[in-house]
Amino acid sequence: MNKPQNTIASTDRRDFLKVSLGLALTSTGSVSMMSFASATASGSLNAYVHIDTDGSITIFGPNPEVGQGVNTSLPMIVAEELDASWDDVVCKAAPVAQQYGMQFAGGSLSIPMRWDEMRKVGAIARDMLCQAAAKDWEVPKDQLVTNRSVVSHPPTGRQAPYSDLVAAASLLPVPAQDTISLKTPDQYRLLGKRVPNASAQDIATGKPIFGIDASTPGMVYASFVKCPAIGGVAKSANLTAVKSLPGVIDAFIVDGTPGPYNFDIRESFAVQSGVAIVAKNTWAAFKARDSLEVQWDLSSASTDDSDVIEAQALAALASEKMQSEIERTGDVDTAFATASLTVDATYSTDFVSHAQLEPQGVLVSAATADVQVWTSSQTPVFITQNLSKLLDVTPESITVHQLRGGGGFGRRLSNEYVFEAALISRRIGAPVKLQWKREDDMAFDYFRAPTYYRLQGAIDRNGKLTGWKNLVAAASADGEKANYGAGYRAFDFPGKVIPNVAIGQSFVPSKTPTGAWRAPISNVYAFAEQSFIAEMAHNADQDHRDFLLDAIGDQGWIKEGDMASLNTERARAVIETATKAAGWGRKLAEGRGLGLAFFLSHSGHIAEVAEVSVEGKRITVHDVWVAADVGQVVNLSGLENQLQGSVVDGLSTMAAQTITIKNGAIVQSNYDQYPLLRMPQSPRVHVEVVDSGYRPTGAGEPALPPLAPAVCNAVFNACGERIRALPISKAGFTIV
Amino acid sequence: MATININGTEHSFKDVDPTMPLLWALRDIAGMQGVKYGCGVGQCGACTVWLDGMATRSCQLKVGSLDGRSVTTIEGLSSGSLHPLQQAWIEHDVAQCGYCQAGQIMSAAALLERKPRPTDDDIDNAMAGNLCRCGTYGRIKSAIRAASETKMASDLFYDAMEAAEVSA
Ligand code: FES
Ligand code: FES
Repeated sequence: MNKPQNTIASTDRRDFLKVSLGLALTSTGSVSMMSFASATASGSLNAYVHIDTDGSITIFGPNPEVGQGVNTSLPMIVAEELDASWDDVVCKAAPVAQQYGMQFAGGSLSIPMRWDEMRKVGAIARDMLCQAAAKDWEVPKDQLVTNRSVVSHPPTGRQAPYSDLVAAASLLPVPAQDTISLKTPDQYRLLGKRVPNASAQDIATGKPIFGIDASTPGMVYASFVKCPAIGGVAKSANLTAVKSLPGVIDAFIVDGTPGPYNFDIRESFAVQSGVAIVAKNTWAAFKARDSLEVQWDLSSASTDDSDVIEAQALAALASEKMQSEIERTGDVDTAFATASLTVDATYSTDFVSHAQLEPQGVLVSAATADVQVWTSSQTPVFITQNLSKLLDVTPESITVHQLRGGGGFGRRLSNEYVFEAALISRRIGAPVKLQWKREDDMAFDYFRAPTYYRLQGAIDRNGKLTGWKNLVAAASADGEKANYGAGYRAFDFPGKVIPNVAIGQSFVPSKTPTGAWRAPISNVYAFAEQSFIAEMAHNADQDHRDFLLDAIGDQGWIKEGDMASLNTERARAVIETATKAAGWGRKLAEGRGLGLAFFLSHSGHIAEVAEVSVEGKRITVHDVWVAADVGQVVNLSGLENQLQGSVVDGLSTMAAQTITIKNGAIVQSNYDQYPLLRMPQSPRVHVEVVDSGYRPTGAGEPALPPLAPAVCNAVFNACGERIRALPISKAGFTIV
Repeated sequence: MATININGTEHSFKDVDPTMPLLWALRDIAGMQGVKYGCGVGQCGACTVWLDGMATRSCQLKVGSLDGRSVTTIEGLSSGSLHPLQQAWIEHDVAQCGYCQAGQIMSAAALLERKPRPTDDDIDNAMAGNLCRCGTYGRIKSAIRAASETKMASDLFYDAMEAAEVSA
């Protein structure tokens, strides 16, 4: 099978890149057109590369930085093709502007969608520097070499730093893309190496670089109180009393906009109704909430009860209720009728919250015609259009500034807090810093949806998995389609791999808003699927690893060319690497267990093995081995950090995180009721990067889904108890 | 009115609500934003500063009760050059989003003041109050270990210098 290192994944992506690259390069070549170009002797070669006379090379990272490391890794790709010395490079967040295309952070897409563009941007800049040198030195361009921000001409021994050439280079015509050649991986000097995060020093010294740190002259502070039951409307409140409190500037009802308040990151500018308290500082606004009394109209509010949702879902699965079919291949009935062994198990996961460490906050100035937004949004690209509709101003009058986000995980894909702040700012006539309390963040999340899967497997007399059924009970607001993240997505496994497959769903009512949470659906479905495969292996008296490899088979790349598609060679390689590193099959002490899981999500093939010990209901996770194939490595340190962090995050979430809902309102309000994993509970994480030579894909999400099933499989191996519901605290287990 | 020494400079919190948590007094009034708000209830450690040299949750301290006390924030952890922990944090590429890290560093620095060569258990105990949603605990541990060795090496260096001076 060929490894298409330098081909483009899909037609969609190719068209998309053409557009975004075209836009990026329209402003290339003329210093005067660049808003960030400085004086005569320094210059910008395109929208991403600016070289200063002092030798510093600024590379603009177009996508939001929320901890996934893109403001280091994207500039690294440019620097590689530019042959810039990394010591000279300054990474900066690009302004939010059309020429930068899809400025968003989600779906582990930043690297794959920018890969070709970033390489070309670097190579074009390099070519222009070489052209300038060739002209000046009167030598052929193809005799020039570049390294560490210097162009040299070996035959004559002439050389010049980029900073000496940039003024001339920036006046040259931009070379056509098809005249530019890109490096092959064996020529990489920077990619694949460990590079510290470009903001490491600012972070370690406490520089004000986050959304919460934004400030502008004349700004006031606001808190916004919404109805605990989602969708309730503020009718009246003791506003006079609140306005008289110390430090309070104003208090008023914000009517909001009509719902639905769904997770709709592209089109929505919906704002729920509530009471705004505007004050001289954050604390005054927070404190005034203690005195606020609001009468809510609950007629359109959610009445969800998470226990009822769970009971209805489990009842639907038990009765094999099916409203619609998702997938069917082969002859499932015969596979089950002729099976020598069938296995049937129901798995469930609760609502969870994002709980990123920085609560939502934003600074918006909408008092004048010049609207400014300072935000750590994951989707700055979607703010301008929607805000212009909400405020009825032109998109051109809105400036969005990208700041670092204190964690994203999908929470910052939705910009509703920006719209809230805009309405408050307009009403008060001043720039407003809206700060959500942690309690607001937990109550008004777009939660990870609860999920319920009943899995059934048929194993023939040769011990082969031949039939697979999955009945899904999905939370649904309208009874016709699953709420975001609540259902099932047609994965290549099992649908394209197991010969006889039937997957169907039914719906249970729920109005609680749900949204994207790190590796949506994969992060919950992987727990069910990969635990179930271990159950089947156990019941069939087969080694789990062998059974898993056999189930995955050896069809190769299911949809060749599509990075998101299962590639059984890559799957086998990571499973073999992880199990080898972990010493799969070795003899363990009493009460210890090893557990394995594999999952492909966001184009990353990842296998994990956990080693645990169990004492009663207390689980210690000692070690986790992660084998990851995300194609060409960009920043090795960044990749390792994402893989290690995903393991900790996965363990944190499966341990005891649950959001419960009563009368439409969220019960948990802060970390004391919604625990995150702490250092003493966190395992050693061993990372094995499998370098397959494929195109690079993202690493922010795919290592999370296999963690929960690996740990639960290890627990079963250690003590014989099968965990089928997350969090594991529901079955009385704790991670110590 | 409370007068508090912050990073060596006296700050008077005039006309400030005495019940305002130090966290918000630092961020909104004194303009020191290295300290972060994560939970407001003493659970996450993002707001960690030193109060008279002890690592403390600044969201749990009322500014009115701190008259005459000394506060050190991440901005004042070292003057001029980087603290060995800050250096180690950069070298070990600890941060992901970075939001928790100022608090982590303040807790770790207080640990090293108290115990220059902590055991793994010491580190676990001292750092258990600081949450990291991004899951950087392993790197935090490595950085603390490295910094404690750095500190040890520099202590040895100064010992050697002193010895050399004595013999000269
Ligand atoms: S903000 Fe103080 S402990 Fe979380
Ligand atoms: S680095 Fe993001 S919370 Fe710690």
